[in-house]
Amino acid sequence: MSDAADIPVLRARGLRKEYGKEEGLVRAVDEVDLDIGAGETVAIMGPSGCGKSTLLHLLGGLDRPSGGQVRLNGRRIDDIGEKALAQLRRTDIGFVFQAFHLMEELTAVENVELPALLAGRSPRAARRRAEELLERVGLAGRARFLPSALSGGQRQRVAVARALSNEPSVVLADEPTGNLDSAATLDVLQLFEGLHGSGQTLVIVTHDARIAATADRMISMRDGAFVDETWLTGGTTGRLGALIGLED
Amino acid sequence: MQQEVVLAMLAKEPTHGYQLRTRLRDALGPLGDAMNAGHVYVTLTRLEKAGLIAVERSADGTERSDRKVYTLTPDGQQRVAEWIAEVSWPKPDLAEFHLKLIAAAAAGLADPLTIVDTQRRELLHRLRDAQRTAMAEPDHSDAALLLEGIVLRLQADLRWLEACEKNWTHRRSGS
Repeated sequence: MSDAADIPVLRARGLRKEYGKEEGLVRAVDEVDLDIGAGETVAIMGPSGCGKSTLLHLLGGLDRPSGGQVRLNGRRIDDIGEKALAQLRRTDIGFVFQAFHLMEELTAVENVELPALLAGRSPRAARRRAEELLERVGLAGRARFLPSALSGGQRQRVAVARALSNEPSVVLADEPTGNLDSAATLDVLQLFEGLHGSGQTLVIVTHDARIAATADRMISMRDGAFVDETWLTGGTTGRLGALIGLED
Repeated sequence: MQQEVVLAMLAKEPTHGYQLRTRLRDALGPLGDAMNAGHVYVTLTRLEKAGLIAVERSADGTERSDRKVYTLTPDGQQRVAEWIAEVSWPKPDLAEFHLKLIAAAAAGLADPLTIVDTQRRELLHRLRDAQRTAMAEPDHSDAALLLEGIVLRLQADLRWLEACEKNWTHRRSGS
């Protein structure tokens, strides 16, 4: 047996998702292999329609693949029963969506504690955890606000707090800054940097270069397949001067 | 560095060489680290030869450039006033990249999409550096404002690359 630390948090092999048939066949995800290590932040970029959101849905068990495998912490999730999968999505995977998907009739703290309650935690423990998380995303003072009373950036921070409710192995984010202005994007960006710093494993699907630039690794996707991959760690320190023409 | 920039940084008052360097460093923040002191002094020598600045040797008679005091001459003041009033903007050379893609595709030298991918990697590295440097700057620093400009510019370049990618993907599938 290999050491637990060697097992990627997420592993996909030969992952496929097809829609339609014969001439109308669309390969939204076409034979994708992927390993996401613990604590890694990976950005998947690509033009709209390249299959990146579909891929994220397959990785998070929101959708079933047409072929191939997905493993979460070494355990296959592509072929398990609906009930087990729903349980896993609640406890092991955190989702952040472009449109926030908050419950409008619940306050911020109620939204954040919901996954913990569904996972069977006591109301008191769930509330305490939710309050800690809201403090972590800088919204302790907004805990009793309804989503409608919050700005877009604040709503997304509530959504991130909710995603962390059950200490998931991985957070999957689909265009998390897609609905935000520049200042709110910066807030979410800093929040993700903080999560990354705390060792949270993150997969971000985006075409926002700013959020992709916070990742350790960036993967480009076209027509359902990975076409390029680059490690952004290490950086280009010392070449900053080239940005403003200071270097000869 | 452009001569006019150094000249304008001296316009406030007669300035020691070391004060000039401090002023540039404050305005540029970490970006100023790429600036080489020798280069600034070469520029000062050129400005002196052109009659745009006058140089007072320091009282102790040393020849060290950072101990000298630099003052604008009337010609220098006029040049600064003209430069401030000029409309100029650094031009990113998009045409060169654009023509590279066209030439590569036409002659079959390389896949334009591979060139786009390589360029994107480089720009993302730069964006990451600029963004991290910006986040580390204290609020309201002069350098943070400059870094914001760089981040916005890189974003614009990356968006254009997206358009290039889309366009060349279409051309390939259409052919």
